[in-house]
Amino acid sequence: MNIQYSDALVIGGGLAGLRAAIEVAKTDQSVTLLSICPVKRSHSAAVQGGMQASLGNGAKGEGDNEDLHFADTVKGSDWGCDQEVARMFAQTAPKAVRELASWGVPWTRVTKGPRTVVINAQKTVIEEKEAAHGLINARDFGGTKKWRTCFIADATGHCMLYGVANEAIKNEVKIIDRMEAVRIMHDGKKCLGVIARDLTNGELTAFVARGTMIATGGYGRIYKQTTNAVICEGTGAAIALETGLCRLSNMEAVQFHPTPIVPSGILLTEGCRGDGGVLRDVDGYRFMPDYEPEKKELASRDVVSRRMMEHIRKGKGVKSPYGDHLWLDISILGRAHIEKNLRDVQDICKTFNGIDPADEGPKGWAPVLPMQHYSMGGIRTKPTGESQWLDGLFACGEAACWDMHGFNRLGGNSCAETVVAGMIVGDYFADYCKKNGEVIDTNIVKDFLTKEYEYLKSLANKDGKNDVFEIKNKMKEIMWEKVAIFRTGEGLKEAVDELEELYKKSLDVKVHNKELDCANPELEEAYRVPRMLKVALCVAYGALLRTESRGAHYREDYPKRDDLNWMKRTLTYWVEGENMPRVEYDELDIMKMEMPPAFRGYGAKGNIIENPLSAKRQEEVDSIREKMENEGKGRYEIQEALMPYELQAKYKAKNQRIGVDYE
Amino acid sequence: MSRKLTIRALKYNPLSKISKPQFVSYELEETPFMTIFVCLTLIREKFDADLSFDFVCRAGICGSCAMMINGVPKLACKTLTKDYKDGVIELMPMPAFRHIKDLSVNTGEWFEDMCKRVESWVHTDKETDISKIEEKIEPEVADETFELDRCIECGICLASCATKLMRPNFIGATGLLRTARYLQDPHDERSVEDFYELVGDDDGVFGCMSLLACEDNCPKELPLQSKIAYMRRQLVAQRNK
Ligand SMILES: Cc1cc2nc3c(=O)[nH]c(=O)nc-3n(C[C@H](O)[C@H](O)[C@H](O)COP(=O)(O)OP(=O)(O)OC[C@H]3O[C@@H](n4cnc5c(N)ncnc54)[C@H](O)[C@@H]3O)c2cc1C
Ligand code: SF4
Ligand code: FES
Repeated sequence: MNIQYSDALVIGGGLAGLRAAIEVAKTDQSVTLLSICPVKRSHSAAVQGGMQASLGNGAKGEGDNEDLHFADTVKGSDWGCDQEVARMFAQTAPKAVRELASWGVPWTRVTKGPRTVVINAQKTVIEEKEAAHGLINARDFGGTKKWRTCFIADATGHCMLYGVANEAIKNEVKIIDRMEAVRIMHDGKKCLGVIARDLTNGELTAFVARGTMIATGGYGRIYKQTTNAVICEGTGAAIALETGLCRLSNMEAVQFHPTPIVPSGILLTEGCRGDGGVLRDVDGYRFMPDYEPEKKELASRDVVSRRMMEHIRKGKGVKSPYGDHLWLDISILGRAHIEKNLRDVQDICKTFNGIDPADEGPKGWAPVLPMQHYSMGGIRTKPTGESQWLDGLFACGEAACWDMHGFNRLGGNSCAETVVAGMIVGDYFADYCKKNGEVIDTNIVKDFLTKEYEYLKSLANKDGKNDVFEIKNKMKEIMWEKVAIFRTGEGLKEAVDELEELYKKSLDVKVHNKELDCANPELEEAYRVPRMLKVALCVAYGALLRTESRGAHYREDYPKRDDLNWMKRTLTYWVEGENMPRVEYDELDIMKMEMPPAFRGYGAKGNIIENPLSAKRQEEVDSIREKMENEGKGRYEIQEALMPYELQAKYKAKNQRIGVDYE
Repeated sequence: MSRKLTIRALKYNPLSKISKPQFVSYELEETPFMTIFVCLTLIREKFDADLSFDFVCRAGICGSCAMMINGVPKLACKTLTKDYKDGVIELMPMPAFRHIKDLSVNTGEWFEDMCKRVESWVHTDKETDISKIEEKIEPEVADETFELDRCIECGICLASCATKLMRPNFIGATGLLRTARYLQDPHDERSVEDFYELVGDDDGVFGCMSLLACEDNCPKELPLQSKIAYMRRQLVAQRNK
């Protein structure tokens, strides 16, 4: 029997998992990290646009600080986020960018003097300060008050991931790739590690550790149309669900991105619009200003995606064999800009569609359509990153619902979350591993190993009635048809019923290759698809029950955000042997919020069923603020009085900025 | 006008005692802008669920899917079927790496080893206080470092390299590029001497025979030959000191 021990175990080698592993390694504990693919191939590599952090270096970032970043994040979340976590995040993000710079991540830097940029489709000259020359630059992204998104051309994720992965290798994190976690071991209270399957030779190993962290990324591949990599199947979240203890939270909060290219679904970064690109319809008309006069193409993603679909529904889409789409026009940014800052975008358009987006006029327009992009939901955790229901199980990154994104995440806030949570949660995790989990009952471990082997053997030997790929594709279609951008009670009910049927079918499939001791892609599908269906059911069922519209979750039959009834998080869990998830809720406490619910500043006004507590809390907040301002108190003290939050001292330290120092 | 494609893929499981390397042909209907990624996914769903291959991003950025396509190493997700006039496409796993099964090879272990060999991380004695304003870097210098940071560890340069096939321990263009990248990065305080220690031998910079296939095939169009030449000049000067 293969059993491997380490102090800490991390599942997932994207930005989140690697950064967390480094945090543990720095405390001189042994860390093992498992990943389905070589870690530098993780989906984090796909981040193009960049990472938000309020450095305030560039002219358009002047005056930025963590207060503004916090406020944008809360608004962006449509008040669904955990505000304490959003605070922890905003405070640490500048540190994360600066740390990455010191690890060699080649952030694009500010050049002093005038430069031409495109704002609202107009060429405009901005002047960069002498003092900012050589500091990290930032670009504009949707839903933010300042230009805050730090970037490296349009290969930000690649450079970040390599920087972090190299640092992990340096810190002797034991990285084992092509190793898939298939089961979480626990004794009903405490997590003991995982059973993992070697994808090259089929061998099972029990990885035992004092603490286990899941950082397995999102679950976009339950949808037919998605920007996500093919490995984003949500199996990490699913094995947490299968403990029967852990809760997945807000799974219905699924983000759709406005500009993946049709038909491949490869993303053209938000940086395209951030840098000044515009959307056009079948007549070549720029329609977004009609819908969102203030923010136009740069309203938050959920809003832009819906407006696009609305416009298509009005018959303004462009017909194509793959259905209707719209156009993204970046040619107005000029060839030089595109070839430098949007090189991958150009490359994608050329390779996959035979278009050069730098060509002026319709020739250079890229066909785009909103598609699934990001999973706000995930394994529910406390602000420390630990599951409330299973000791010693932590989660971070897209796999987690640490909950700084609520019902909609802002572009550039997600790769920022991965590294920031890697730091903060990684540190709590390291602490946990140091202090906990001495005695482990090897009998339990052996039991899990034997059961897993028996399970896989029985699966391989199945001569069931169903084809696993047919089931998988059917699931993806249901999710895309009925649980996508516009949702209705009727459609969701059908989706839930159909998914439940599919789930039952998925337990009876035929696997042709019966070999257990080699790479066996069909067997892999056979154990992954039922897990994906569980995740899909959590999404669809949560969406069916949530009779309101909030952030990316939009119900045509309940178009208002309902703060009276729905200031709460959905929690789903799965009882073994059942065919459906069970649901409970977790209230958000308005009276503790630093920013009580209000209008977001984009989308339709007056579309809220108000909660009287919002006004009450707002009054409280205003009076505390006024009083303290009169007393001459600074922004840190006021913040502390409004909503105290915990954060490790090294991360809570004030951030220095040019011009204002630590203020 | 759609046409029939014939995909011939090598199938072989080195872990099995009975498996023998053989080509298997699959016939598909071509669709517009079809890639090898689309073909292989269809093949797995419709004809052969057991065919092993690797894709992650399917967008040409993660480096997972390199394989021999009609004898040339390429990223399969970025390769369009329309570029093959007779509609016959032969797929084989890349040489130079440990074979896993069918079209799948183990690039991950090779690259992790390479990173350890060239110590692919910033070496510095400076302590960074991350609450303070970051160190200033000239914008062009940052851009140049980025240019060399773009390698996606796909392994195509190695599969193209005659030296690598004869000398398994050869660090390859990608390893040498990595040294050039850190030599260029102002955050890294290593000197030319330090790099000489790491790659100043025939498994390193002096092994290269300048056949140029690495650069010809690199999907990121990285300046491999000029950087190898640059490192060689630096290190020769070091040796002659
Ligand atoms: C095309 C695209 C562009 C994006 N651009 C931006 C952007 O500009 N800015 C931004 O902020 N965000 C962006 N995002 C979002 C961002 O990329 C992700 O949210 C983030 O990278 C997630 O990182 P992660 O570390 O949580 O997970 P990932 O990077 O997805 O890593 C998951 C890891 O888990 C492993 N894994 C999964 N399941 C298992 C298992 N069962 N066992 C073992 N290992 C497993 C995988 O091998 C992988 O190593 C973008 C996303 C997409 C799709
Ligand atoms: S140098 Fe080019 S060919 Fe070689 S691994 Fe890097 S990207 Fe691939
Ligand atoms: S799958 Fe990522 S490069 Fe081909």
